[in-house]
Amino acid sequence: MNPTLDKFLGGKQGAIGLAVLATLILVVFPLALDAFRLNMVGKYLTYAFVAVGLVLCWGYGGILSLGQGVFFGLGGYCMAMFLKLEASDPESTKIQSTPGIPDFMDWNQITELPLLWQPFHSFGFTLLAVIAVPVILALVIGVAMFKRRVGDVYFSIVTQAIALILTVLIIGQQGLTGGVNGITDLKTLMGWDIRDDSSKLILYFINAFLLFGCILIGRFILASKLGRLLMAMRDKEERVRFSGYDVASFKIFVFCVAAAFSAIGGAMFALQVGFMSPSFVGIVPSIEMVIFAAVGGRMSLLGAVYGALLVNYGKTYFSETFPELWLYLMGGLFIAVVMYFPNGLAGVWESHGRKHLEKLLQRFERKSVAPVAAVSPAPAPAPEAKQLETTP
Amino acid sequence: MEWLSEFGAIAAMQGFNGLSVFCVLLLMALGLAIIFGQMGVINMAHGEFLTIGAYTTFVVSVLTEQYAPFFGPYYFFLAIVLSFFIAGAIGWLVEWAMISKLYQRPLDTLLATWGLSLVMQQAFRSIFGAREVSATLPEWLMGSWNPTEAIDIPRNGLFVMGLTVLITAMIFLMLYRSRWGLQVRATVQNRVMSRAVGINTKKVDRMTFALGCGVAGVAGAAFTTIGSTGPTAGSLYIVDTFLVVVFGGASSLLGTIASAFSIAQAQSLMEFFMSGSMAKVFTLSAVILILMLRPQGLFSIKVRK
Repeated sequence: MNPTLDKFLGGKQGAIGLAVLATLILVVFPLALDAFRLNMVGKYLTYAFVAVGLVLCWGYGGILSLGQGVFFGLGGYCMAMFLKLEASDPESTKIQSTPGIPDFMDWNQITELPLLWQPFHSFGFTLLAVIAVPVILALVIGVAMFKRRVGDVYFSIVTQAIALILTVLIIGQQGLTGGVNGITDLKTLMGWDIRDDSSKLILYFINAFLLFGCILIGRFILASKLGRLLMAMRDKEERVRFSGYDVASFKIFVFCVAAAFSAIGGAMFALQVGFMSPSFVGIVPSIEMVIFAAVGGRMSLLGAVYGALLVNYGKTYFSETFPELWLYLMGGLFIAVVMYFPNGLAGVWESHGRKHLEKLLQRFERKSVAPVAAVSPAPAPAPEAKQLETTP
Repeated sequence: MEWLSEFGAIAAMQGFNGLSVFCVLLLMALGLAIIFGQMGVINMAHGEFLTIGAYTTFVVSVLTEQYAPFFGPYYFFLAIVLSFFIAGAIGWLVEWAMISKLYQRPLDTLLATWGLSLVMQQAFRSIFGAREVSATLPEWLMGSWNPTEAIDIPRNGLFVMGLTVLITAMIFLMLYRSRWGLQVRATVQNRVMSRAVGINTKKVDRMTFALGCGVAGVAGAAFTTIGSTGPTAGSLYIVDTFLVVVFGGASSLLGTIASAFSIAQAQSLMEFFMSGSMAKVFTLSAVILILMLRPQGLFSIKVRK
């Protein structure tokens, strides 16, 4: 391998990967797909936020949260509450027995807007709440669990239980949350119709730019000392602790970042899809979000985006054409990825695709190849993936 | 004085209600306590093994009705045994094909077994249909027992309770009084050393996993006496079951019993004062809060690692 080539693949590869993904999302999809399909891709991309967060906290931090749907849902509900209040102005809800409150509250014989809903009249507060509510919850969970050194498996089970609790709570408190149906019929954002094609296109681009923002933040974290500490912690937590680092704080931080990413995804979901319901909060969606990250590659931020796109596309395609087959495929995917491709698509690319690209480039460059004492990449693709991700 | 006896009757029935929830939780949790508590494998498909037991019972009941009606009163005992062996055999296969390759990565067993549970749920749906089915109960399981006029205790609940006691006792005997149990506990505490003293740890693992799944199958058989069975019947309980095992202290069977009892009673007691969903929210939140204070669960055994 010659040094320039190596630098090209290792050092600049991150930038190239980002450019490829950006071209795909910002140019290819908007040109190739009609408005309906593009909106669908936008919906898939909101899950990619969660997957990117999971790469940070699961792939690098070793914290498998099975409750990311909770943060996605909280972000989504905060946004949906604002939109719903805007959609239920006294004029359009005058047939209700109490005009000016959301329709489902009226159906549940609630005559006054609950206190919890009052602040969501303000857009500024809503934007703040979209991030703050999930992050505060993540902070509380993180402090309570990590400061007491609750182990990884226990953490997963507790987060799963929290996902269950929130779902039961949302479904049980119909008057406050809209119950099973969720908050539906969202129309405008500050007077701007979010349902016509042009505004959907704008929302798609906002969504994409926010996603790239999150990826860049993720890269920044991973390239910093914190990123290296995270990996060290994941592999040998005791040693990092004995070296004098406060392991719990790092874990709490990365868990909060993942929660914030998921929440942004949830808010964008509510904006693009026009409703929010408990079916995106519970255990099943939370685990599905983990599989997006696993399929794409738990060690690759970009891989997570591809994973979210591919699995969701597969889900839509198969559940439209072969609804019977879908669960078999999804289950098989879980098993196969975990057992045979622990690093997902990114891992497959690292161990196979990259080699071919190297050969191809070597043929073009025709330079003398300096012998390098290479670490064999086959048994552990992980270090290479790390290298890929630590390059900002 | 009349209101007092009425209150007593309500309390007794609510308490009994809690006891039957306790039985289902405990039967599920016992299998999981073996698999998760002893082996450290996170089996998200545990609920589906319960469903296997439930469907086995259903099939046996249908077959009995069609081909051997005279066997009707006794078929249930055959169904329990069959449920145990079928669920156990499938567990054995799963361990061989999947779990045995993932012992080094406990979090990955979680994802892989979740995939397995999806496949199994769809398989149930393909074989038995999406609708819920229920086994015909033998005569002696129906009706209820009335110690006083106000108290009304269903017989199937009593039967499940007896079965739970029996299964629990058997698991205790096997784990703490048999040679095999000794090997299981040795393997769990120190795998390398166990291998060094001549224990076939692979075989022990496989048998342990199969036993845990078999117990889940029995839980499924018991489950059919209380409710009907659908493809997703087991997955409804999986989170509760994990919480029971974790809350009790993963490696302690006594802890599992205590935690199943307290969770079931807390929930049924609160259901008396508020809606079922809020009772569930409060119970689960309380469990999580207590877990934050005592991360190792109620009864933890100190294990050197």
